Amino acid sequence: MAAINLSGMRPFLPIRLGLLVLALTLLAAAPAAAETVRVAVAANFTRPAEALSEAFTAASGHEAILTTGSTGLLYAQIVHGAPFDVFLAADQVRPARLVGEGHAVAGSARTYAIGRLALWEPQAGEGDPLERLRSGRYRRLALANPELAPYGAAARQVLARLGLEDAAAGRLVFGENIAQAHAFAATGNADLGLVALAQLAGNEAGGRFTIIPAAWHDPIRQDAVLLARGADNAAARAWLDFLASPGARDILESFGYGVPE
Amino acid sequence: MIESAPAIWLTLRLALVTTLILFVIGTPLAWWLATTRSRARPVIEAVTALPLVLPPTVIGFYLLILFNPGTPLGGAWVSLTGDTLAFSFAGLVIASVIYSLPFMVQPLQTAFERVGRDHLEAAASLGAGPLDAFRSVVAPLSLRGFVTAGVLSFIHTVGEFGVVLMVGGNIPGRTRVVSIALYDHVETLDYDAAHALALGLIAVSLAVLTAVFLINRRYPAHAG
Repeated sequence: MAAINLSGMRPFLPIRLGLLVLALTLLAAAPAAAETVRVAVAANFTRPAEALSEAFTAASGHEAILTTGSTGLLYAQIVHGAPFDVFLAADQVRPARLVGEGHAVAGSARTYAIGRLALWEPQAGEGDPLERLRSGRYRRLALANPELAPYGAAARQVLARLGLEDAAAGRLVFGENIAQAHAFAATGNADLGLVALAQLAGNEAGGRFTIIPAAWHDPIRQDAVLLARGADNAAARAWLDFLASPGARDILESFGYGVPE
Repeated sequence: MIESAPAIWLTLRLALVTTLILFVIGTPLAWWLATTRSRARPVIEAVTALPLVLPPTVIGFYLLILFNPGTPLGGAWVSLTGDTLAFSFAGLVIASVIYSLPFMVQPLQTAFERVGRDHLEAAASLGAGPLDAFRSVVAPLSLRGFVTAGVLSFIHTVGEFGVVLMVGGNIPGRTRVVSIALYDHVETLDYDAAHALALGLIAVSLAVLTAVFLINRRYPAHAG
């Protein structure tokens, strides 16, 4: 069967090849504006970035290729010449440093999303999770490492504001990042978690969560920056413009992020 | 370096306890693998080697699920000790034993296989029981294998990162081992502290591994 098909196709091969070459030539020539932007994305922003990437391609015709990793890891890779055009960090520190060190375009850093915290109780008890935190009726509270992750630093501020720093001190477990803090709670090893709202939004993780008021901690600002190798890439600039567009803001909010004023 | 002292001490304790437990578990397992004619052997061998293949964070994630107070193991531990198995030293030990198992079993198995049946049959014909034969014939002849297995398990546990990262919760003095402290330094851009720890780790590992190769040269496999 396969052999018959193959021999049947053989005479057409040159014609097909010719068509293919023609199509490729047209493709290369016609939409002259379509380019590719390589985006380094903080791992906690992977899902929204994928949604943004689709909307971006639909709106502009450009294509975004996403690489995800921890902000610190991506920073180190960029410093050592990784081929990225834009960096969506999970903080403001690393983009600012890249600008300072000449790896990113001066003045291009801007906040694309503002993270929100939620107190998550994976196995819902009675009453409000916040009440449970206050009353101390829990064994472990998972949060991101405050030294490493902006969400962790914000979580610590929340505890301080509630006057619970000392009460919680012996019961904190630290994820290296917010994804790990989430995993600690999701697997039931921590019965409370101060995690990113974005991890719970649209997620059927179960349990119950309370959104932490934004005023209880410094804003968790995530900055994007145009990297030096993307300076002349039209798609890179288009991507940054797109991030501030109303369409992108809707996507961000649907994933549980705040958007800059 | 002073601030790293608790992490270094914890790492050494973890590696030592893990290696001792692995000797207890690994020796009979390796002996069985070396001598059995069971059809299950390739399967057991493969299971033993699995930690070499699976990404450490994946092993760590499933251990977290296993340690969950809702499971029999996790629940029993909570009612025994009042503490969760995750985020505890005991949890790290279990994780490390699983993660370093192949590094104990494989060198031992190779060593036992080298001893061969002839020695054992000779011992048996002289009236030695299986345990006696193991103690007086196999163990001395496999000394090199024991040293290699112990050192590899120890060093591999010292360098362990992904599993501990998932299971430990990074609690200073309790579950923050050297490799995690090192990672924290890199993430906070404290490269000087990171270099110091990394250099220390490399220096110790090189020294120990060199010692093993030296010992192996001095005491060849069939010294007996």
